[in-house]
Amino acid sequence: MLASFIIVFREVLEAGLIVGIVLAATEGIAHRARYLWGGIAAGVGGACLVAACIGLLSSALSGNGQDVFNAGILCFAVLMLGLHTVWMARHGREMAREMRDMGGAVVSGDTTLLAMAAVVAIAILREGSEVVLFLYGIATAEALTAGAIISGAVLGIAAGAAVSYALYRGLLAIPVGRLFTVTGWLISLLAAGMAGQAAALLANDNFIPAFGYQLWDTSWLLSNGSLMGRALEAMVGYSARPMGVQLLAYLLTLGTLVFLSRRFGRPHPISQQESSHA
Amino acid sequence: MKINPPFIDVRCRPVRRGGLLALLAACLAGTGMASAAPRMVELTLSHHEFTPDHVTVPAGTRFSIRVTNHDSTPDEFESPALRVERIVMPRQTITVHAGPLTPGTYKFYDDYHPETAHGIVEAK
Repeated sequence: MLASFIIVFREVLEAGLIVGIVLAATEGIAHRARYLWGGIAAGVGGACLVAACIGLLSSALSGNGQDVFNAGILCFAVLMLGLHTVWMARHGREMAREMRDMGGAVVSGDTTLLAMAAVVAIAILREGSEVVLFLYGIATAEALTAGAIISGAVLGIAAGAAVSYALYRGLLAIPVGRLFTVTGWLISLLAAGMAGQAAALLANDNFIPAFGYQLWDTSWLLSNGSLMGRALEAMVGYSARPMGVQLLAYLLTLGTLVFLSRRFGRPHPISQQESSHA
Repeated sequence: MKINPPFIDVRCRPVRRGGLLALLAACLAGTGMASAAPRMVELTLSHHEFTPDHVTVPAGTRFSIRVTNHDSTPDEFESPALRVERIVMPRQTITVHAGPLTPGTYKFYDDYHPETAHGIVEAK
């Protein structure tokens, strides 16, 4: 039971940290629950679909199908996070004001919610497909221990979800005036980390140049195999042995998102009209 | 795209001393153009154990690991140290790429059966 708990908890935690950040970043946007639950459902469905097709995916693109697929969905998630960054730069100040004055914002942002639902779906799909395959393996193997392993898995999902919720509640403790500044940075770091991971996947399969396979090695300090290493990898793209192209993609994405949020963050009379219908 | 000095790992220095040709070769290896004779390590998984569970590869070169799963359940070939993570379905063979490694030992394992299925890549 402990082994299955650890495996499931770890995967759910990695997805859950991303979901926690998304939850905090979308606080106060009207109808968000519908979108984010939709994203979670799509992620679980997608995880099952990917697990079912994994054999096919593995043999695609001369054996690199899994990596290319993961890089593809990561890049898509980065685009969606970029979309959210632009939206938040336009509406963040106004939302913070409404939340402070009225105890809740009623700004509608269906486009950004759709983008964030996609990010949630992708995070769950990536980690979830591993959980599904793990549980499938157990289901087809020893029936004797299945009960213990399933209860471990259920506990793992519950514990992972609890950490996700705790991160969300913890972020909400940030004063409203600063909340979206903090979540903006978290979203930018998340996107940068995803872009870096996508670049590393493609470079590892020789699709793009690596520009150095190992810029430095901090695995003595924090290994990517440890729980903390995994959590930081999921949240801010921590890599103990980054590739050159990985760092390049990281910095380019971070720079782009910071630029976008500055560029669209200036007071803008039109943006207030756009969002006043509620 | 300019590569600044911090982009070059200290461990790459022998390559740089080796001359421009070696550096060029390293760059080509990065784009996959010099992959004519890649080093291949063969691993099999059966009864949730790796055979062999200790392999030696030369330090400082790219190499590939081919993993065949002879069990009836899925496995996940994983190694944060080698920077690989790949699902291996029953009776399927996958190939991952790794390195160049600095001399030392690098653990790998099947994430679904880590107690029994684990091994070491040693770079010399």
